[in-house]
Amino acid sequence: MHVHVKRAGALVAGLLLSAPALAEWTLNMSPGVTETSNQVYGLHMTILWICVAIGVVVFGVMFWSIFAHRKSKGHKPANFHENTVVEILWTIIPFAILVIMAIPATATLVDMYDSEEAEVEIKVTGYQWRWQYEYLDMQGNEDNEFGYFSNLATSRDEINNRMNKNENYLLDVDNPMVVPVGKRVRLLITANDVIHSWWVPAFSIKKDAIPGFINKVWFQVDEPGTYRGQCTELCGKDHGFMPVVVEAVPEEEYNQWAANQREAAEKERQLTEKDWTLDELVERGEGVYASYCAACHGDDGSGGGAFPSLRGTSVVTEDMDAHLDIVVNGVSGTAMQAFGGQLSEADLAAVITYERNAWGNNTEEMVTPKEIFDYKNQ
Amino acid sequence: MSAVADTHAQDHHHGPAKGITRWLLTTNHKDIGTMYLIFSFTMFLLGGSMAMVIRAELFQPGLQIVQPEFFNQMTTMHGLIMVFGAVMPAFVGLANWMLPLMVGAPDMALPRMNNWSFWLLPAAFLMLVSTLFMEGGAPNFGWTFYAPLSTTYGPPSTTFFIFAVHIMGISSIMGAINVIATILNLRAPGMTLMKMPMFVWTWLITAFLLIAVMPVLAGVVTMMLMDINFGTSFFDAAGGGDPVLFQHVFWFFGHPEVYIMILPAFGVVSHIIPAFARKPLFGYASMVYAVGAIALLSFVVWAHHMFTVGIPIFGQLFFMYATMLIAVPTGVKVFNWVATMFRGSMTFETPMLFSVAFVILFTIGGFSGLMLAIAPADFQYHDTYFVVAHFHYVLVPGAIFGIFAAAYYWLPKWTGTMYDETLGKTHFWLSFVGMNLAFFPMHFLGLAGMPRRIPDYALQFADFNMVSSIGAFMFGATQLLFLFIVVKCARGNGEKASAKPWDGAEGLEWTVPSPAPYHTFETPPEVK
Repeated sequence: MHVHVKRAGALVAGLLLSAPALAEWTLNMSPGVTETSNQVYGLHMTILWICVAIGVVVFGVMFWSIFAHRKSKGHKPANFHENTVVEILWTIIPFAILVIMAIPATATLVDMYDSEEAEVEIKVTGYQWRWQYEYLDMQGNEDNEFGYFSNLATSRDEINNRMNKNENYLLDVDNPMVVPVGKRVRLLITANDVIHSWWVPAFSIKKDAIPGFINKVWFQVDEPGTYRGQCTELCGKDHGFMPVVVEAVPEEEYNQWAANQREAAEKERQLTEKDWTLDELVERGEGVYASYCAACHGDDGSGGGAFPSLRGTSVVTEDMDAHLDIVVNGVSGTAMQAFGGQLSEADLAAVITYERNAWGNNTEEMVTPKEIFDYKNQ
Repeated sequence: MSAVADTHAQDHHHGPAKGITRWLLTTNHKDIGTMYLIFSFTMFLLGGSMAMVIRAELFQPGLQIVQPEFFNQMTTMHGLIMVFGAVMPAFVGLANWMLPLMVGAPDMALPRMNNWSFWLLPAAFLMLVSTLFMEGGAPNFGWTFYAPLSTTYGPPSTTFFIFAVHIMGISSIMGAINVIATILNLRAPGMTLMKMPMFVWTWLITAFLLIAVMPVLAGVVTMMLMDINFGTSFFDAAGGGDPVLFQHVFWFFGHPEVYIMILPAFGVVSHIIPAFARKPLFGYASMVYAVGAIALLSFVVWAHHMFTVGIPIFGQLFFMYATMLIAVPTGVKVFNWVATMFRGSMTFETPMLFSVAFVILFTIGGFSGLMLAIAPADFQYHDTYFVVAHFHYVLVPGAIFGIFAAAYYWLPKWTGTMYDETLGKTHFWLSFVGMNLAFFPMHFLGLAGMPRRIPDYALQFADFNMVSSIGAFMFGATQLLFLFIVVKCARGNGEKASAKPWDGAEGLEWTVPSPAPYHTFETPPEVK
């Protein structure tokens, strides 16, 4: 109740008080941080002011008529109902205004569509409900490529009001996209399941991620910083929970980060070879479950709605092959995705082992990354 | 044929049948019009209560009242019910009541088909609403039902949704055929096309739009049906299909559809403004040509809903220019309405209040439409609350205020009783304030970066969302007052209405007594 009172107070204050209170209430688009976004902002303001000017003239005449030409003031009606000159004029003038608007709009559009070679190229894939970023090697050397998933980092406790909401509530991810400042970055955008849309307002980039299509966009950020956006195409249940975060960093820092990523990718591959214990797998699996599975199957594996419960279900407690098949290959025609291509062998092994040993499913069974590797390649 | 004509001749001078059969079997345009209007208002309240659920969830950040699955069902059903259940049937109801009275015809041209077009609707919506109680829930993919979210990933109830859309499409097409047949064949002697009242003109053009695009909608849902149940891959990329094709076909229907929802309102306002300004409509001919131009342009602008899907630059430019062009005929209409008010002798009874608000607020919706047409700027606006603000500004104070204006304007003719003017004005002002409070802040939210169709949002959007929810609750609650006003009026509780209660009103409908007798214009009137 306390929060309600505070909010209501802020609301009343905001409505009654002037500029200082209103400063918190964003009214307009931000100019953003790229040249394109500045051009778009300029276009937006130009059209807005043209509309305001037209509105002032048209509504001005209208309100003047409403106040002056009313019966209660004894105004007698005129009887004109045609004037060809006026009618031609107010067809031609708006047309001319439209031409004036169309010229800068066309120029900006041509600029945006200029997708010449970039210095960094990232493949962006939309999944229900996370983004995958794969850094392509410009020389085509696959060993230098790496990629990862970017998941919502806001906790379910914050969403369900059991915890105070963080400043970047719903706009925070575990692994942001990292790009170097001052370099031309090109994104190749696609999707794995349904249509998503990748949007960062500060770059003025919004492009749909469509299964079977690859859309190209480019941007160049000159100011280091963290830029936040969201998925903007309804993509199912957690459409509101798949933010986009881009960190623009100086070039040296970017190179260092990329080198670390390549090393980490190598380590990940080695994890498959390692000998794992049940406890290690369960511990790792708990984290994987929270990021990839809890959204549908619940924090405690109890499912809900169309999503099956994992507690005591025979697939999870008995039939190991079926369990592997569902997690690795998905269930076609349902929201259950094929995680075989999304998670590493270690993560797959960990999450399956976790599910078989959590919430009272005490099977004491485990599956190792090596077994997953063999299963995938059989 | 002669047998039918004979039966008709026998009960010619009888009043309506008694009891439920009057409504089930009626072929009388006034009864069918009344049923359409009651159905539409029922759907308006149902779709509106879903909007209340949406606004209640968005009152504060965090999930409080509903879960995301159900939230998505609410946004989807709200859109579908308001478009197909509230706005479209309301205009068909007005057409049923008023077109025969305005052109001096005894009834609609095809009265039995008229009965069937109406009774299909409750069946379709019963089926649509029943999906809420099915396993897996109601459709949850937005009223635009983009594939593959609605096909491969849709809930099991999607097939029922498709069937419901087919039925309401058949109903709309039959209604449109009836309107065209009535207007082209049953006009009173002397009423040439260019002497027809504006409401008749706008409905004639709307009916052609309906016949052109409802089959396209039927086509796209049939392709979905095949993808879901019969293993085809029209929209499934994995099977060689194309998810973007869905959007092209859908919006080829969808864009004319938005004009279907607004053109009859243009007609209504073109009657009410001259009536209360006591001055003839300015530029009748250019008004007719403007409506025709808008209708034609509506077929070549569909991809402006798809600027972010990655269409080639020349496509992008074509659809941007074509969309901007719509501002010209729309501007002409607004200028003509203002010129009609100019140097009139105005009074501001409830129908006029709603019509003046229509002109102002619809124009604001038009301005944001023009902004959305600018493709590079649309990359920022697309699928944000700016779009939600835009289409609610053209649909609520556009279509819905147009319907309210029409209802208040013609209620005396329908019921023979004047509505309560004080209550009518109260309804207007509360709706006006509530509606602006609900939808104006959405412009700011969109520009600040809030995507549409999300059940929860980042903290910087909290304040305006709360304002918007308060406005929405106010607007929603106010509509119960409208119900009260109409019921009061229909029960004859008020001043008796004369045949022509508005001194500036023109048209054949005011030459028959109030309430309009069960059968009117059995002998056609002579027009000048």
